Amino acid sequence: MSAGPSSTLQEDIDNHLIADGLSCVRGDKMLFRDLNFVLKPGQAGLLTGPNGVGKSSLLRLIAGLLDAFSGRVNKPGSVALCDDRMALDEHRSLEQALSFWARLDGRTVQTTQEALSKAGIEHLSEVPIRYFSTGQRQRARLARIYQTDAKLWLLDEPANGLDTSSVELMGKILQAHLDDGGTILAASHIPLPIDFELSVRLAPLEQLESTI
Amino acid sequence: MIASLSALIWRDVRQSYASGGTWLPVIFYLSAATLFPFAVGPDRDLLLQTGGGILWIAALLATLLPLDRLIQPDLDNGVHDQLIVRGLTDEFIALGRLISHWLAFGPPLLFAAFLASGLMGLEGNPLWTLLASLAIATPALAGLAVMIAALTAGLKGAGALGGLLLIPLAIPLLIFGAGSLSDQSGSALLFLGAVSLLLVAITPFAAGAALKAGRE
Repeated sequence: MSAGPSSTLQEDIDNHLIADGLSCVRGDKMLFRDLNFVLKPGQAGLLTGPNGVGKSSLLRLIAGLLDAFSGRVNKPGSVALCDDRMALDEHRSLEQALSFWARLDGRTVQTTQEALSKAGIEHLSEVPIRYFSTGQRQRARLARIYQTDAKLWLLDEPANGLDTSSVELMGKILQAHLDDGGTILAASHIPLPIDFELSVRLAPLEQLESTI
Repeated sequence: MIASLSALIWRDVRQSYASGGTWLPVIFYLSAATLFPFAVGPDRDLLLQTGGGILWIAALLATLLPLDRLIQPDLDNGVHDQLIVRGLTDEFIALGRLISHWLAFGPPLLFAAFLASGLMGLEGNPLWTLLASLAIATPALAGLAVMIAALTAGLKGAGALGGLLLIPLAIPLLIFGAGSLSDQSGSALLFLGAVSLLLVAITPFAAGAALKAGRE
């Protein structure tokens, strides 16, 4: 049964991620136009496309950091964004830096501890962030979104700098979030070990116009 | 909302005091006050007459020192974006920054002014007037710093531009603040309070608008 926004009752689609005719303009350039997709709870979507095509902009737009040029987004509750920046204070220990966000989200200390053990970085909890390697930073980012209670996870290249076993570990965390009724939209060049129900391929607009 | 605000303020204040950045304006302030008697000579009457004004100018210059630490680091490491994703507004974040910056800037500056006025030979009423005028003005100086830091965030040479922006905006504070030292009626302090309230009131909106515009 395909669930378009018009064919389902309103209360049923409130927990869907819906992009309805989204267009995005950055500077003078239109990045994408009239983008439509729906992700139901428990579903994951993969964003692909060449560099600079607007994958990060789409994620930032859904996160509410950019205004859409046209169209609208329906978000299933709160959102967690994982992009290339840490958003963790460099000179503080991992646990302290994470617990700042936990406090802001009204989460408990246990949530932070659980996130640390799920991401396999419990042993680093006393280490200041500035000593972290690339892979450890990715895991810390993952712990940061894990400890929120956000339904929708927006991931921008989450597997960059991770080794094979770390990618598997991340796959387990992502799968658990999906099983829990969460939604994931990820932009990644590295294959992620979860099943994607939806694949959105963004193409440069000039190319699109010439082929039509 | 209140819980988010206090979490934000606590993080910023803790960071300012822990990084030692809070004491930089204090040391600068004391250095300026120490240099002045060397420059004009140890004439007690002259120091008494001009000392208050010099301490006021030093306070304005000390405002410039923390500009690059106020907004830019949070934009660079994504903290600001994460706060926006959580539904906080730019104005709310700017309000938190104003309060936390004042907590890290105002009390140490007043303490430094107290020490420095000893070097100028200020005592009794002139000393208390100076401290009262600085106490009234420090929220406005903190507000100006947050506004300018938000406006110049991401620009090259933000520091120099910050100085140029501060000078015209701080003139009313300087006129009424330094003026209160020679004013017996107390009305200069009232005007200073009015200017200070105005600057504090527009800071969250001006800084918030600058942050929002910078995100596009």
